[in-house]
Amino acid sequence: MSIKVVRALSVSRRRFLAAGGSLVIGFSLSPKALFAQGSPAATKLPGSLNTTPMIDSWIRLGADGSITVLTGKAELGQGVRTALIQIAAEQLFVQPGKIQLITADTRRTPDEGYTAGSNSMKDSGTAIMNAAAQVREILIARAAVRLGLSADKLKAEDGAVIVSDGRRIAFGDLVGGELTRVRAESQIKLKDPASYTVVGHSMQRVDIPAKVTGGAAYVQDLRLPGMVHARVVRPPAYGAQLRELQSASVEKMPGVLKVVHDGSYVAVVAEREFDAIRAMRALAAAARWDERALLPEPSELFDYLTRLPYDSFIDADNHATTAGVTKTVEANYRRPYQMHGAIGPSCAVGLYKDDSLTVWTHSQGVYPLRKSIAEMLKLPEDRVQCIHPEGAGCYGHNGADDAGADAALIARAFPGRPVRVQWMREQEHLWEPYGPAMMTAAKASLDGGGNIVDWEYEVTSNTHSTRPGGAGNLMPAWHLAIPFTPPQPKPIPLPEGGGDRNAIPYYKIPSVRVVHRFVPSMPIRVSALRALGAYANVFSIESFMDELALAGRTDPVEFRLRHLEDPRAREVVTLAASRFGWSSYAPDKGRGRGFAFARYKSLGAYLAVALEVDVDRETGKVRVVRAVATVDSGQAVNPDGIRNQVEGGVLQSISWTLLEAVSFDKKSITSADWSQYPILRFPELPDTVEVHVVDRPGQPFLGTGEAAQGPTAAAIANAVAAASNVRIRELPLDRKRVKVALGV
Amino acid sequence: MIELDINGTKRSVDAEADTPLLYVLRDHLAMNGAKFGCGLGQCGACTVMVDGEAVFSCMTPVSVLAGRKIRTIEGLGTVEQPGALQRAFIDEQAAQCGYCIAGMIMRAQALLEKNSSPSDAEIRRHMMPNLCRCGTHMRIVKAVRRAAQTMRAEADKPKSAGQT
Ligand code: FES
Ligand code: FES
Repeated sequence: MSIKVVRALSVSRRRFLAAGGSLVIGFSLSPKALFAQGSPAATKLPGSLNTTPMIDSWIRLGADGSITVLTGKAELGQGVRTALIQIAAEQLFVQPGKIQLITADTRRTPDEGYTAGSNSMKDSGTAIMNAAAQVREILIARAAVRLGLSADKLKAEDGAVIVSDGRRIAFGDLVGGELTRVRAESQIKLKDPASYTVVGHSMQRVDIPAKVTGGAAYVQDLRLPGMVHARVVRPPAYGAQLRELQSASVEKMPGVLKVVHDGSYVAVVAEREFDAIRAMRALAAAARWDERALLPEPSELFDYLTRLPYDSFIDADNHATTAGVTKTVEANYRRPYQMHGAIGPSCAVGLYKDDSLTVWTHSQGVYPLRKSIAEMLKLPEDRVQCIHPEGAGCYGHNGADDAGADAALIARAFPGRPVRVQWMREQEHLWEPYGPAMMTAAKASLDGGGNIVDWEYEVTSNTHSTRPGGAGNLMPAWHLAIPFTPPQPKPIPLPEGGGDRNAIPYYKIPSVRVVHRFVPSMPIRVSALRALGAYANVFSIESFMDELALAGRTDPVEFRLRHLEDPRAREVVTLAASRFGWSSYAPDKGRGRGFAFARYKSLGAYLAVALEVDVDRETGKVRVVRAVATVDSGQAVNPDGIRNQVEGGVLQSISWTLLEAVSFDKKSITSADWSQYPILRFPELPDTVEVHVVDRPGQPFLGTGEAAQGPTAAAIANAVAAASNVRIRELPLDRKRVKVALGV
Repeated sequence: MIELDINGTKRSVDAEADTPLLYVLRDHLAMNGAKFGCGLGQCGACTVMVDGEAVFSCMTPVSVLAGRKIRTIEGLGTVEQPGALQRAFIDEQAAQCGYCIAGMIMRAQALLEKNSSPSDAEIRRHMMPNLCRCGTHMRIVKAVRRAAQTMRAEADKPKSAGQT
């Protein structure tokens, strides 16, 4: 990578920017530049130990031999619970079954912010690995003192410290005093990865047995003594105001305990769940709303977004003089609003008692939610506790936090008994914050040898995070008589990036300029959806790479390799191509192959995908026939877990890419349920999806969860282009769009 | 009071006739298996079996269920003694969030009881009403295939024992 940090703007650039809107100077770093600037390792503790340095915040030992590991991250169905147990077990030399893991809870676990960005292994995995290693060394040191031996004569084995002569002290017998109440050390002795017996080996997920046998596994399954059921009545559209509500008859309905009414916020509490639903329907029928047409004309959405004011951030600007240009290619790409669409609508349980509130929530960030709820209810933060039980997979910021806010509001209005509030399907579909619509524009030049010599790229997007940073981010709080309003959205700075996540190509190009046009005003509610801007940026960049390869008459895989320096990137690319049978591929009629690669966030997992599609000219239907993905997530902890995540990412991205766009009219969102927002169903599956994990023992954890989203989208578009000779640059590649493109 | 036969046990529930089975299972009977996904017959998260057929419990009022045999995932086995499909889903690690899985297993159970060796295409067609958002589909199909094998092997056992 040869992109420089932008520190100042030249005059010409300023003029270029002045044409559009206000100007913000972005500090933006290429991965290498970031590395060079990183603070020295000695002062920084590994992973989340840096923010929570006390060892007993992470690991506690009981005299009975019990081992409790704590993480501020949450299980979202990505398998993090199992992977963290593996990491701790490995460094502690115990069986994984001996470890009890406690996840995100504001009274018990470290504050690790959000479980997002594929960062759990990097943050929490790294912290737990080092903390566990330190605990093991502490135990060995204590045993050494007790036995009067030097520590190097001792080692840990299966939950005990042992001496070569056979003497053995169980960990539980070494516990006492404040053994682990110590600060983390920055350089702790880690086990040699070559001797790993748990990490790097597939382990069955600890949460699956309960999930397949009807065990209590989700917040939806929580049944607290005396619990009652609530439902919310939402406005019919963004901005609608409640004009009138005749609730007297609803209050008399069987089982109804209370109608909550505060401004435009309406909810009902009932003894039985279906009573709450009946009452919710009656309330909805009784409510009169004032609605306004606030949404853009759907057919003009992208023009509308283009006209909105924006801030420009120069993410990369490295201008070399470009000589010998023989060909210049330009293309624009688009991505619509797309939804998280959890299979289980959001749910939360709240209990308000003795001026304190407990919320059981599947939020990705219990600490930020606690802060936001405390602000909303005007309670001190220490009076609010948020506990994470699992929900259905969320894939980003969906209705979870808002449901937590509902539980808080309703529980306060109905104190003393736990209140379970479950969103209805249409509430999730209509009110979750979607993944933002985005536009990109790419322009590049090739020299006579078919090498890219110049690259310009611009991405236009709303924010990719409106996660609770305060009460104003909680949608229910917008509807209160004294409402909270959403704060001014901010872009997520690079290297993580939001709309510009993965906007800087990972290829070696002498001259690169990347601009992020950040549009603060949001006609439609948006936030973080799995991979954030990387989905559209990788779709764009990797589609464009194929367009350039075509212009340079080069094989797409060969073209990528020619511009890739990082050996790990080259390896996943080469491996995906060979496992797919790229070089020997001979398509049947209507079929084509496509390839794509990205390094997630330019600093996370490397992922390449090769796939084959079938394009039905009659119907416009595209089906992925087979897909092969290769992934390098650094040290693999649970290889089958990585495969599971990547398979899931590939399939979800197939669904997004072929089928999904949120529909709306000028008044409201119209994608109210699965009939109006179709997603992938079984008959549309590929025949096979293969995932190959490239393990890197001893290397840092790079995370996996979001790596497949962008590459899969581009590989599909590339395969469709190969199969049909038409290049489609707007998502989704649904039947209608494909037919139009094919001219049938 | 309505009397229901759930997993071979008679249960009396005090619910109004129009209450969907899903709410009776989850709320009145505190069973977790059937999940609320849409309440609209679009996703299959709530799938249970009634007289051998996979049905959406969110769309089935309890009033039509008197005298009929209801089966839920709780009736297939336990963590200690999982049924063939449950075992296969564990062996294939066929879950991510797992929220859709109980419904998937019940729909697959209805298939395997009628067709002990379904082809992949038959499995896919049969599973069409059920949605998975995590993209676990490939593993779900594999798990159904694996369970079909185990169930066939089990069914063959007494026969071959009798022959020898
Ligand atoms: S919850 Fe019954 S079909 Fe979706
Ligand atoms: S495993 Fe999450 S919805 Fe299927």
